[in-house]
Amino acid sequence: MADITVHSAHPPGFAHQFEDMQQQREAGSLGMWVFLLTEIMFFGGLFATYIVYRALYQPSFEIGSHLLEVRFGALNTAVLIGSSLTMALAIHSAQVGMRRAQVGFLISTMILGAAFLAIKFTFEWHHDYLEHLVPGFGFLIRPEWGAPGAHVPMFFCFYFFMTGLHALHMIIGIGILTVLTIMAHRGRFSPEYYSPLEVSGLYWHFVDIVWIFLFPLLYLIGGRYAGGGH
Amino acid sequence: MSEHIVPVKLYIGIFVALMCLTALTTGVAYIDLGVFNTVAALAIAVSKMLLVILFFMHVKYSSGLTKVFIFAGFLFLAILVTFTLADELTRHWSPTPTGWGMIAPFPARFF
Repeated sequence: MADITVHSAHPPGFAHQFEDMQQQREAGSLGMWVFLLTEIMFFGGLFATYIVYRALYQPSFEIGSHLLEVRFGALNTAVLIGSSLTMALAIHSAQVGMRRAQVGFLISTMILGAAFLAIKFTFEWHHDYLEHLVPGFGFLIRPEWGAPGAHVPMFFCFYFFMTGLHALHMIIGIGILTVLTIMAHRGRFSPEYYSPLEVSGLYWHFVDIVWIFLFPLLYLIGGRYAGGGH
Repeated sequence: MSEHIVPVKLYIGIFVALMCLTALTTGVAYIDLGVFNTVAALAIAVSKMLLVILFFMHVKYSSGLTKVFIFAGFLFLAILVTFTLADELTRHWSPTPTGWGMIAPFPARFF
């Protein structure tokens, strides 16, 4: 019967195989980081290939980069950094035991994530489609690009695969945030137990970091100054 | 229960720093620095990544084991990129076709 007494004494969310809550929290974070390391290698394959092809076809990549709108890329960077802040504040609210603030910050994070995707799809991808810049969907090589124009579709393949894979991660992230919001609303998180928030936060910040690299690598190649990229 | 609670002020400070660096990287792209445009863009991106990893992801306050794991992850990424480039940049390339236009349309190859 002593077991039952001990069982009822432990904090909510505590799994028995751990020594204490701190060990459980560290194990959770470490496990999530191991997953994120596989994600680094997953995106890393694309980044490595990007580096090789950019080295081979730098002028074509510069032409392609200059066809993207810097203002949308910069705006989306700001939106995503803002969502990272609200995610961090949601975890902070759990740490200090503020339930309503958790829900508010989680919903803000979702709204900012959705805003990112809305800007990406409507103002950028749709616009690129109308401009015949989507490889495989009526890509038009413009005569004014000259000889490097032949490899501009290669740049746009990287652009759509990298931003597409990133957008897929964002969509999955918003799904996770939906579940977290419901859990937070039901009061599942406490200053002792908030691991689902913590590890989901790691995922969300990771997706933010990927974009932090995608922005300069896709939008700012070869400089944007007059005569840049030649 | 010795987890470190990062103060809200620090989060706001990191957010402001990240926003400033975003403005900086965009601004620098409009100044002609030659090859240093790429160097500056990557240096700023790495700084932003470190701010996010250390503070938003709480790695500054994490155990040494977590830090070693993260370091190992980036080490393997560096190996991936370095070895790929070491191969790729030292090959003697034969001339590459100038594009899809070089390839004859499908029926023409048969007639």
